[in-house]
Amino acid sequence: MYTAKIRVTLRPSILDPQGKAVEHAIGALGVGSVQGVRMGKYIEMRVEGATEAEARKVTEDVCRKLLANPVMEDFVYDIEKI
Amino acid sequence: MSGERVKFGVVVFPGSNCDHDAYYVCKKVLGQDAAFLWHKETDLQNVDAVILPGGFSYGDYLRCGAIARFSPIMKEVVRFAEKGGTVIGICNGFQILVEAGLLPGVLLRNTSLRFVCRYVRLKVETTATRFTSACAPGAILSIPIAHGDGNYFTDPETLRRLEGNGQVVFRYCDAQGVPTPESNPNGSLANIAGIVNERGNVLGMMPHPERASDPVLGYTDGQRVFQSMVEYCQSQVPA
Repeated sequence: MYTAKIRVTLRPSILDPQGKAVEHAIGALGVGSVQGVRMGKYIEMRVEGATEAEARKVTEDVCRKLLANPVMEDFVYDIEKI
Repeated sequence: MSGERVKFGVVVFPGSNCDHDAYYVCKKVLGQDAAFLWHKETDLQNVDAVILPGGFSYGDYLRCGAIARFSPIMKEVVRFAEKGGTVIGICNGFQILVEAGLLPGVLLRNTSLRFVCRYVRLKVETTATRFTSACAPGAILSIPIAHGDGNYFTDPETLRRLEGNGQVVFRYCDAQGVPTPESNPNGSLANIAGIVNERGNVLGMMPHPERASDPVLGYTDGQRVFQSMVEYCQSQVPA
């Protein structure tokens, strides 16, 4: 059994108004040293598989077909044995 | 089916909330036939046209329309569309169509980050579709929008193709029909409010024609969209 820790983020070319709004709020906190805020999703799931390669393949497939929309999002993930 | 009543199928997902409005317009305003198609069903009940209505299917979880796309009924809708069947996706229905790959692009969060609910003006860019044939060329329609994620986006190459093929059907515009930045309610690329697929049988639009069809509500421009579909379906000779 493996744990997949997946991060889905908006592609760099996509405007992120939510990130911008949060960035403004950080500025309003009085913190002036933060910029480039981008919002994304974090997804964790357990994957059954005999090998890490197998778990990786399943994770990749699920990300591609459902968890991320390739038109606007990128994804990265880590696989850990549990 | 020439001359007979057209049968509309309104798909109902958990979280759809414009399904009854669409059903009402087809049946009571236009005097056609209509049926609800539950998302777990796999039978389109021989409908002539499918409506994917607005709402918040599956609570907009993950991404708007992302989960609805995997409903059993959607396999049949995709098959129906691939055979040339008439499919319209309104608001959340548009989001489902892009997630299902029946239309290109994606609907991002409105640039304002706000849910926008108001009447907008729509320029009818082409009347050469089965969804706009009942519109006057260059017509400007008043139809309401109600969405938080209606900001149409696609890559430059796809945009070129959409524009080149005349697949952009509706654009947000001002009173003169000009697609200005001020008349763009959500930040959509090229003020796009509605597109068809290359074959012209699948339309997605963010505005709600079903909310501007019953005269009692004050605006009836939305009727043009449904009327066009009725005329198209009635013109089809049975196989």
